[in-house]
Amino acid sequence: MSKYKMHLLVCGGTGCRASESDLIVENLKKELEEKGLQNEVQVIMTGCFGFCEKGPIVKVMPDNTFYTQVKPEDAPIIVAEHVIKGRKVARLLYTDPTKKEHVSDSKHMGFYRKQIRIALRNCGFINPENIDEYIARDGYMALGKALQEMTPEQVIDLIKKSGLRGRGGAGFPTGLKWEIASKNKADQKYVVCNADEGDPGAFMDRSVLEGDPHSVLEAMAICGYSIGATKGLIYIRAEYPLAIKRLQVALTQAREYGVLGKDIFGTGFDFDIEMRYGAGAFVCGEETALIHSMEGQRGEPTNKPPFPAESGFLGKPSNVNNVETFANVPVIMLKGAEWFSSIGTEKSKGTKVFALAGKINNVGLIEVPMGTTLREVIFEIGGGIKNGKKFKAVQTGGPSGGCLTEKHLDLPIDYDNLVAAGSMMGSGGMIVMDEDDCMVSIAKFFLEFTVEESCGKCSPCRIGNKRLHELLDHITKGKGTMEDLERLKNMSLVIKDTALCGLGQTSPNPVLSTMNNFWDEYVAHVVDKRCPAGQCRDLMQYSINAEKCVGCTACARACPVGAITGERKEPHSINTATCIKCGACFEKCKFNAVVIS
Amino acid sequence: METVKLTIDNKQIEVQRGTTILKAAREMGIDIPTLCYMELHDLNIENKPGGCRICVVEVQGRRNLVPACITKCEEGMVVRTHNPRVLNARRIVMEFILSDHPKDCLTCAKSGHCDLQNMAVRLGIRDIPNQDISAMSTYRLDTSPSIIRDLDKCIMCRRCEMMCNEVQTVGALSAFKRGFMAAVAPAFEQNLEHSPCTYCGQCVAVCPTGALTEVDNTPQVLRALADPSKTVVVQTAPAVRAALGEEFGMAPGTLVTGKMVAALKALGFDYVFDTDFAADLTIMEEGTELLGRVGKFLKGDKDVKLPILTSCCPGWVNFFEHNYPELKDVPSTAKSPQQMFGAIAKSYFAEKINIKREDMVVVSVMPCLAKKYESQREEFSVNGNPDVDFSISTRELAAFIKQANIDFNNLSDEEFDRPLGESTGAAVIFGNTGGVIEAAVRTAYEIYTGKKLEKVEYEQLRGMEGVRSATIDFNGLPLNIGIAHGLSNARKLLDDVKAGKSNFHAIEVMACPGGCIGGGGQPLHHGDSSILKARAKAIYEEDVNKPIRKSHENPYIKQLYEEFLGEPNSEKAHHLLHTHYFDKKKKIIVKQ
Repeated sequence: MSKYKMHLLVCGGTGCRASESDLIVENLKKELEEKGLQNEVQVIMTGCFGFCEKGPIVKVMPDNTFYTQVKPEDAPIIVAEHVIKGRKVARLLYTDPTKKEHVSDSKHMGFYRKQIRIALRNCGFINPENIDEYIARDGYMALGKALQEMTPEQVIDLIKKSGLRGRGGAGFPTGLKWEIASKNKADQKYVVCNADEGDPGAFMDRSVLEGDPHSVLEAMAICGYSIGATKGLIYIRAEYPLAIKRLQVALTQAREYGVLGKDIFGTGFDFDIEMRYGAGAFVCGEETALIHSMEGQRGEPTNKPPFPAESGFLGKPSNVNNVETFANVPVIMLKGAEWFSSIGTEKSKGTKVFALAGKINNVGLIEVPMGTTLREVIFEIGGGIKNGKKFKAVQTGGPSGGCLTEKHLDLPIDYDNLVAAGSMMGSGGMIVMDEDDCMVSIAKFFLEFTVEESCGKCSPCRIGNKRLHELLDHITKGKGTMEDLERLKNMSLVIKDTALCGLGQTSPNPVLSTMNNFWDEYVAHVVDKRCPAGQCRDLMQYSINAEKCVGCTACARACPVGAITGERKEPHSINTATCIKCGACFEKCKFNAVVIS
Repeated sequence: METVKLTIDNKQIEVQRGTTILKAAREMGIDIPTLCYMELHDLNIENKPGGCRICVVEVQGRRNLVPACITKCEEGMVVRTHNPRVLNARRIVMEFILSDHPKDCLTCAKSGHCDLQNMAVRLGIRDIPNQDISAMSTYRLDTSPSIIRDLDKCIMCRRCEMMCNEVQTVGALSAFKRGFMAAVAPAFEQNLEHSPCTYCGQCVAVCPTGALTEVDNTPQVLRALADPSKTVVVQTAPAVRAALGEEFGMAPGTLVTGKMVAALKALGFDYVFDTDFAADLTIMEEGTELLGRVGKFLKGDKDVKLPILTSCCPGWVNFFEHNYPELKDVPSTAKSPQQMFGAIAKSYFAEKINIKREDMVVVSVMPCLAKKYESQREEFSVNGNPDVDFSISTRELAAFIKQANIDFNNLSDEEFDRPLGESTGAAVIFGNTGGVIEAAVRTAYEIYTGKKLEKVEYEQLRGMEGVRSATIDFNGLPLNIGIAHGLSNARKLLDDVKAGKSNFHAIEVMACPGGCIGGGGQPLHHGDSSILKARAKAIYEEDVNKPIRKSHENPYIKQLYEEFLGEPNSEKAHHLLHTHYFDKKKKIIVKQ
């Protein structure tokens, strides 16, 4: 075994790969070979570092230099300058936006300072396609401990004491879930991993599976031991080909090493895992729909009770957990329940991975302890609002969640606080909005998604969501009335109250939450026929300021519908009835005479 | 049995553990409205997807409203079935359903019998808001020989899917697409004609809206009646007389044979005959066939096909041709009574009254929708002229009688015409599951043993269980009889036949649960299976009241053989009264 004096860790998450990070790896390897350094410097493709805004990322160990926005062409200079001469390549270093100085170690960056990476502990450190690297970081030690030193009841007790709650969105206590499944008697039980991750903009689970797949496999085996299941199933969405590949490699290696399969560690415990693939349905992230999809049936949810722990896959007791929930299990087993429960808040222990997106400077993946405030996440870790705009709201929980506003910025993030504030944790998607975002349009946007993804089984979701969407569209076109707002609210409450599954029960949340927090905006749309954020096209009026107009006719010639009239050198005017609000005149005018209001 | 105590609408009740809130409430006389839920208790059929959300009730302590049809009672539960929260929710949900439903009640075939319409009335819906901006899910109309699919009216209750897949195991219908456009249709949205559909019509029998209805053939019948050059002959199936009265407000199980005949005469049919006559004829032919095969078997013939399967049910014949075409020469070659009647009417009877075949129009009144399809099968015609021109269902006849403003309830009983109107008790029991084989046994026994049957009732062949079996002692020869109704049960018996494991000598199959009395063309039961039981009882009553109860004793049948056919299975009988089957296994061809 060679001893490397230096490691170059290149981010191999889907985001960075889309920017050719695999080529960076190739080029670095080529450079090192040319210089004869291939036995001294190792190049490793790792999982996601999380700082997606600044990717592709290359990290140099052992000096912890964090290079950002690296290109494949940069490989020679990294080798020549940093590897050989020990000189950091300044132009690839991260520049702190306020202090305007280079920061070379990530632990000093605003993005990373407050993060505690537990679920993501190995992402960015190991090659996910090499089981030895997982083992080197205590991989499969937790499974060994469980099988050789603990009883199933003790394992469940540990998970219960840790306070771990489901990271898929609902936040059900994981230990309790395992306990219920363990108590149901059957000749066969199953452990199911929900890797469907349907929330748009969410990529927490994807990153865990791409960057540290073994953590999930190990956790599933531990779960199987504790509840009495010998079979595991991973239901992963087909849109994650890289994660699927990494899981398949991990499964093969785990079986080779005997940490999955028959008689693990010679303890007589059998456990193996199969993969199942989704086919593009958000609703199949709901546990009963997921199970029916795996059974080969139409992916529709069924009423609960009975819950999967009682009657799940093929009617047998099944424990369904999210990827991130599982990712926490091995480290809890090794470091203990006290350690885990010392992080976070009273009722929400540990950390949560969030996918930051929207009008924020530092778009990416973060993991923070529960209890971190929204202000810290958005303004410190997230680096504040893009282009210096004003913060308006942050949507948490995707299409099932609600928006939080300025008055919630100092809210410590945890399951119960978010629900009390009218939103929910969800899977961890956080979409930041600024003053230019119209909240009515945002609600409509989320409804578009849920209307598309509804399975169609129950009337409130199949038809009700469609009607909500139509009404929102009506309002954004300036045709709504105050009665429509009342109806919107009543329909939303009834849909929440009567829908069969979580999709329908939460799809009106964006509507209710935005109406609650931005009522004035809704009223402006229906009473004043005005969109305060300036986003709803049909509510915008284009006009020409006669004082600024010189009559050059450029706008009239650009107008595709002939809505502008006027003589040469005379002020022009726009016929608002004919105007389709395309903005061509606005773009063309060199005198700022076209006014949008 | 463990019980739980709970409170519904402030009243305490104690029920068996596992009882749903809906059933517990019904025990207390509280009728929670339901739409997609359907239970045919006596047939062990239940549809409860819990999808319509009309039956939602409030359970104290639960965050959301729950569907009463699915939610099981728990100790100490406090349920409210009609507080303002529940009433508001039900109304809004109903408004949603109606907002995506065509507003053509005035001309819809289901108007007056529609579960959705009835629910809208019951819930007091007066307005459907925002109709001007509401999109509707619309689809292509599909017309087959028997069934019309109008998916615009589908409310995703899943009853048809359940009947077709679980009760019938035909698999012609399943849910497709998702969300707003989701509905239930054949695979790849094909027409029914290109699907494995057997036209049994059980989907039509349970559809709560006008999404699935029967093809209406009364206009063609009316045109024939109006044509002075045509002699219009009508035949009525046994199951019709036990159900037609329900359409006129009579209790289920009221026999209306005499009124039915009177109504048909009043409508202007030239001859009102009885399919039961042809049922007696079927017994002659099929009974002879059965004994023939058994005889050969007893003599040691290894190639003879046993069990013999009945073939009077066209839904069953379709199912057979789709799923077991390799067993084509196993069923009886006898045609169904409807078709035998048509063949005899347009030959024997046409001759008797001296008219040309083309100038006779044969109409059948059937409890069945597959009969429409059957009458159009090419092999049941001569030079393009069908043996049976039109088949109308019990429901269509009732509508026809009403259109003609005939006061059905006050009609005096009249008798069938002769010679094709006389029948025995054996014929009338064809309407029930087990009836065909019981009729066959009555005749086969006497022919085989040469002894007289003192007691003609065979209770061991009767009942509502899906698969039944009995061994009848034919004077020392034990004849093993199998009976199935509902095609899933037929499948069970046929799988044994296919595997060579069947011990039966004869199997009777009816596609519809309950037999023909539960046919797809009968008055709608709206989920009340006691109606089916009442009809079955009426059929057995009619049998008891008949002077002659064995098919071979029917004097007009004897006359038919003497004057025309010769003897059962003669060449002429074979030509007119027997048929063969086809391989109809469906292949899906995907065109590039």
